[in-house]
Amino acid sequence: MDAPDVHPNSPEAKYTDSAGKYYVIYVCLLILAGIQFYIATLNLDTTAMFARMLFVAVAEAGLAIMFFMHLWAEKRGFLLFVVIFTGFVLLAMQYGWTDSNRMDVGAPYSQTKPGAVQQ
Amino acid sequence: MSQADMTMAAHSHHPPGMTVGLEPFVVPAKKMAMWLFIIADAATFAGCLVAYGFLRNGTPDWPRPFHSMTNAVLMTFILLTSSLTMLLGVRAAKAADRAGAFRWTMITMVLGIIFAALHIREWLALIDEGMTLSHNPWGSGLFGSAFFSITGLHLLHVTGGVIALLIIGLSWKAGHRTAEDLETAGLYWHFVDLVWMFVVPFVYLLNMAH
Repeated sequence: MDAPDVHPNSPEAKYTDSAGKYYVIYVCLLILAGIQFYIATLNLDTTAMFARMLFVAVAEAGLAIMFFMHLWAEKRGFLLFVVIFTGFVLLAMQYGWTDSNRMDVGAPYSQTKPGAVQQ
Repeated sequence: MSQADMTMAAHSHHPPGMTVGLEPFVVPAKKMAMWLFIIADAATFAGCLVAYGFLRNGTPDWPRPFHSMTNAVLMTFILLTSSLTMLLGVRAAKAADRAGAFRWTMITMVLGIIFAALHIREWLALIDEGMTLSHNPWGSGLFGSAFFSITGLHLLHVTGGVIALLIIGLSWKAGHRTAEDLETAGLYWHFVDLVWMFVVPFVYLLNMAH
């Protein structure tokens, strides 16, 4: 074997976690994925199923980002930058749901106002 | 030039006299570039998934064409396992285990190829049942465009990742890459896995026939 790329005392050495930690996270991810598949077999309405699956998916993503992608080992400033910036962008995308519901229930613009003259 | 600047210049690869700023996040340039790409790509996938949700929520006759989750289970297992093998490859690279890092990287690549093959097989089965971008036998024609665009974008990322792993793996074996290069490729691969964690429940499992 050549000399290690990372000196044991260097800051990057923290990325060389024990393999056991990776296996534990891997098993946790498999279990969470299994829970998602289990939820799909339940007799739930779409909204309830979506909420449960989203919760599990966020937990899975959190584990993957923090430990597989080593974000937890980075500087706290970088962690906050990634989480806050990405989170804000993803939340900002949710503005259209009210319009989606309008498509579903047909209100208010797709319904003719009482007394309105049809063109 | 301050003492701090001179110290930084002495330890960097920048030419003398070039002004370099502080590195507040202490993240290597390649890794930082990959993180910025991942953030942008996360927004791309989120945009696709939100648009899909928008249409699904607003379409009463949304199809539920999937009768079995076997393929999705298998694809998920393979992709999660490929993330583990990628981690083991990066770990071996950090420990200067050149052969081990190459072996794990190639295993990851093969798992990616198997995933892509399963994905394409599923596509062909759906096309065979009459699903196109604008039409399907089960309900709203919007399903085809949403399904093919989201899973197609993901498949494109997997294909790109497989090619990248092949190139980086071979050049790593030839001694032209560092452990940091493998780690950066690994970041991308984990992100592809991460996206799948959202595609499976929303595109597959919510559309299971009951």
